[in-house]
Amino acid sequence: MARMKFICDTERCIECNACATACKNENEVPWGVNRRRVVTLNDGIVGQEKSVSVACMHCSDAPCMAVCPVDCFYRTEEGVVLHNKDACIGCGYCSYACPFGAPQFPSNGTFGLRGKMDKCTFCAGGPEENGSKEEFEKYGRNRLAEGKLPACAEMCSTKALLGGDGDVVADIFRTRVVARGKGSEVWGWGTAYGKPEAKS
Amino acid sequence: MKRSIAMLALLLAGCGEVDQVKQGSAVNRSDEPAYKGARTAQVAKGWTPGDKAAWDKQVRERGQLQNEYVKTNR
Repeated sequence: MARMKFICDTERCIECNACATACKNENEVPWGVNRRRVVTLNDGIVGQEKSVSVACMHCSDAPCMAVCPVDCFYRTEEGVVLHNKDACIGCGYCSYACPFGAPQFPSNGTFGLRGKMDKCTFCAGGPEENGSKEEFEKYGRNRLAEGKLPACAEMCSTKALLGGDGDVVADIFRTRVVARGKGSEVWGWGTAYGKPEAKS
Repeated sequence: MKRSIAMLALLLAGCGEVDQVKQGSAVNRSDEPAYKGARTAQVAKGWTPGDKAAWDKQVRERGQLQNEYVKTNR
């Protein structure tokens, strides 16, 4: 069974924000909520500037899942971490626990109250029926059920952002690193998926 | 007498506690696996919804579209 993962190649990311735009468009993400964003480090310093596209990494041992007081998170067969908005109380614990700042909270109503949590779903929707109107309105498109991969990764112009089966994206990245001879550091990979266990 | 019993029942009702134990049915986790497919017109061609192996193959092949080294001459 495929195990879904993201990799962002900082040697390739050109900070074009196409990933964030694709995500917004595909899932009709509300104003003020950014499921994916591009962070630039050492901005303007020649030779040291690096950009990385950040969203929920769908961690192997997700801290959001561990701290949620209403236990609204679940992991799909494909390893995608999703949550149930019907159960979410919008407490914000997950946003404190997440090392990637993935959980987002829309402002609701006249007084701008904090709404239910919203985050990247790996374009896998939520617990509603696959491809249904209800699912789209709450969680966005379910591209995985359509046999597709996340819009952000498929739209990436430089293919800096890779998304899909962990084995496939790791192989693609490995090929690149060997070809260019540098840039083997994968940002966030160890935090999200852990270090590979030493073989005895 | 009846009135005082009704008042007592009303007052005691405030002392009750709603059961907050999480029930399995209260948490909607009956998510359909992705390989079951979506009932939309946008389903990609080349695989049969419901076929787990076909979905796996579809996702792996689609993942390879991100690999430009298989598209270009090195």
